[in-house]
Amino acid sequence: MPLSSDEASRFADLLKEHAESLTARWVELAGASLRGRLSSAELRRQLDDLRKGFEQAMRSGSAHLTDEGSAELRAQLAEISGHRARQGFSATETAVSIFALKDAVLEALGNGDDAGTLRDYVAFSAFVDRAALFTFDSYVQVRESLIADQAEQLLELSTPVVKLWDGVVAVPLVGTLDSARAQVVMERLLQTLVDTGSPYAIIDITGVPAVDTQVAQHVLKTVVAARLMGADCIISGIRPQIAQTIVALGIEFGDIATKASLADALRYVLNKTNRSLNTKRTER
Amino acid sequence: MSDEGQRLPVTTDQDVVRVRQAVRTFSVAVKLSLVDQTKLVTAASELARNTLVYGGGGEVVVTRVQNERRAGIKIVFADEGPGIVDLTLALTDGYTTGGGLGLGLSGARRLVDEFEIDTEPGKGTTITITKWCR
Repeated sequence: MPLSSDEASRFADLLKEHAESLTARWVELAGASLRGRLSSAELRRQLDDLRKGFEQAMRSGSAHLTDEGSAELRAQLAEISGHRARQGFSATETAVSIFALKDAVLEALGNGDDAGTLRDYVAFSAFVDRAALFTFDSYVQVRESLIADQAEQLLELSTPVVKLWDGVVAVPLVGTLDSARAQVVMERLLQTLVDTGSPYAIIDITGVPAVDTQVAQHVLKTVVAARLMGADCIISGIRPQIAQTIVALGIEFGDIATKASLADALRYVLNKTNRSLNTKRTER
Repeated sequence: MSDEGQRLPVTTDQDVVRVRQAVRTFSVAVKLSLVDQTKLVTAASELARNTLVYGGGGEVVVTRVQNERRAGIKIVFADEGPGIVDLTLALTDGYTTGGGLGLGLSGARRLVDEFEIDTEPGKGTTITITKWCR
């Protein structure tokens, strides 16, 4: 049941008349669900602004939240939910803050027990419900954009060079290997080869989702650079679908040793250096 | 994701990553095999990078297509760059003007079922590829 225009103006009066007590009660109710994670001064400021927003929307006779007169209120709601989303509040906590207005208004209405007051209240309550749902939507939107940002940051995750065995270092490549990252990987690998005096390096591409010519070229360049320094490189983590794609593309790895898994690559290196994980076999 | 397809601008390296992700999502949706998914994603990656590097940026449109028997994915890469002067040379394995491996264009052609190239010097290049479910 939408708000009629005189209902709306009655609520505007109510929101103005009881401004002090209403905001105080609202802060109290909303604050309870936020468990002190937002200072009450800040909450008071937010909610008082919102109260004014509601008052203004009512004053302009908005029957729906989507009406022109509610534009200001919508912007305030969006701002608050964006704020809360970034601070790590849940969507429910955000919406409950808005729902709390209903309780505060009900108390302000007093004990008017006639049917007219009740009808007014139900209509107003429906309006607040829509406002709360609106914060839900904006909250989700903000969270989605946060997730999109994080996904982009993930792409830039740096790649560590780890010592796998005495004389064997490994670079587990994960994600997208663009020129900038490939440069970082190469520099780190070459530096680690010098620092540890390792004659073997394993480049593991299990975590690279698509091996195209650019990725292949970066890997090949890294291998050649490592060879110049006297280190032997093994490429591991070549899954069946990657192998078939590489063949179709026509990329040749030449005489570079490639293995399906990191374990195979390590075993290969240990065999080459006549070492083994198993001491018995070494004696043989 | 809609059946009308998805339109993606290609102006940065990040956009190439987005193209790859979109193509992968479409590939999974039409149930391409894992090998075909990887092939199509790789081809899209090559061609999107060509659009960016040689075409000076452009646009990629990924669409789900359907013929009498099977479903597939059509991807159109369009740029308004300098175009390709010698197409035969450009499609030769190992030929490159940009310092790459010279396998992107020719390799991408081998990775897909249908490959169409429309280019004119000074007017830009449009490449259309299609991969069908087996």
